[in-house]
Amino acid sequence: MDGIHDLGGMQGFGTVDHSPGEPAFRHEWEAVARALLVVVAGAVRASGGEFRHSIERMEPGHYLTSGYYEHWLTAAATLAVEHGLLTRSELEARAGGSFPLSGPVLATQAADPGPDVREPRFGVGDRVRVREWHPPGHTRCPRYVRGKVGTVVRVDGVFSVPDVEAHGPERRHEPTYSVRFDATELWQDSQRGVRVHVDLWDSYLDRASASRPGFPEADGQAQ
Amino acid sequence: MSEQGHHPAVPSPIERRVAALQVLLAERGLVPDGFIEEVTRRYESEIGPMNGARVVARAWADPEYRMRLLADGTAAVAELGFSGPEGDHIVVVENTPAVHNVIVCTLCSCYPWPLLGLPPAWYKDPPYRARMVREPRSLLAEMGCSLSDEIEIRVWDSSAEVRYLVLPERPPRSEDMAEAELAALVTRDSMIGVARL
Repeated sequence: MDGIHDLGGMQGFGTVDHSPGEPAFRHEWEAVARALLVVVAGAVRASGGEFRHSIERMEPGHYLTSGYYEHWLTAAATLAVEHGLLTRSELEARAGGSFPLSGPVLATQAADPGPDVREPRFGVGDRVRVREWHPPGHTRCPRYVRGKVGTVVRVDGVFSVPDVEAHGPERRHEPTYSVRFDATELWQDSQRGVRVHVDLWDSYLDRASASRPGFPEADGQAQ
Repeated sequence: MSEQGHHPAVPSPIERRVAALQVLLAERGLVPDGFIEEVTRRYESEIGPMNGARVVARAWADPEYRMRLLADGTAAVAELGFSGPEGDHIVVVENTPAVHNVIVCTLCSCYPWPLLGLPPAWYKDPPYRARMVREPRSLLAEMGCSLSDEIEIRVWDSSAEVRYLVLPERPPRSEDMAEAELAALVTRDSMIGVARL
């Protein structure tokens, strides 16, 4: 889904609140929330994709105004309710107030997961174009590279496709690749000498044709 | 944990929500005794940047280890006993005088737990995730890591199963140091790539 979690390249955010010596947990409740997510994910047998998608479905305003471990708490409670471990009214009664959960899954049940892809279609050095599409369910294809052309720099193993595993018990496996994008391919206001690498599943990619649309002013800088 | 042993009279709304979920799950027998404390203890004391620092120091001290680390990060860190969740597919990217590497996860918070522990809050917050792929040069400078325009910046967005570790350059005047002394020079920030040593 085109959710608030897909933050790469968004503008308007301020400085990074950076401190070199930050502890693992700043508050006791953060450690508890983290452990409870592990408990719930184990009890309902949630895949990594289903867990991540339960955070991505948070209401955007709530997502941006809450910290990481509140995301995990919301995910744990949402998965527990969706899998019938407990109810929202129980949560709210115990908490003595509202207990915001993530929104519903927008994707209809993944129909046919399709066959596994065991052999990489691309090799190091191949030019690939990321599919320009907007699936309503979970995906690990960031918006900022969709439609863009890059070069495969590494072929990794074969892994379960998150888009499938997030939405049911079916699984499809595909190779993943590290794809290098020149910043000039991604941003009109790109910074000098920058390359961004994104790890992408096989079905996110097509072989790039010889001609490529891009930002005209970037021509000649991209290599 | 700053609040350990301290019990505020009125719990905050988030504390009440965490407690509500904890009680309801415990009532269903889903929270084993001591589980929360054990998980917390591991990530507060056993798993953290000191692990990655040992890997980096070994790579500086032992050229053959460095070659193995860059060729197969997962196997090389396992030689030092590091493996586990979020550590099954480790790729190590090496800084040189001409290349600076930096790690981000724009979609969530992916991070090499066995080597660096749990990620700091700023790594997971929107400003870092939004800006590092678009304006890394200015963001790095803002964070205290100013790089000459001649240095290429390679950003690695951990969007699939690989987790990255930056191998920083060995600092000047460290030639005579033993491995343990070298490890003490290595910071978390330098292994994420938001600092140079």
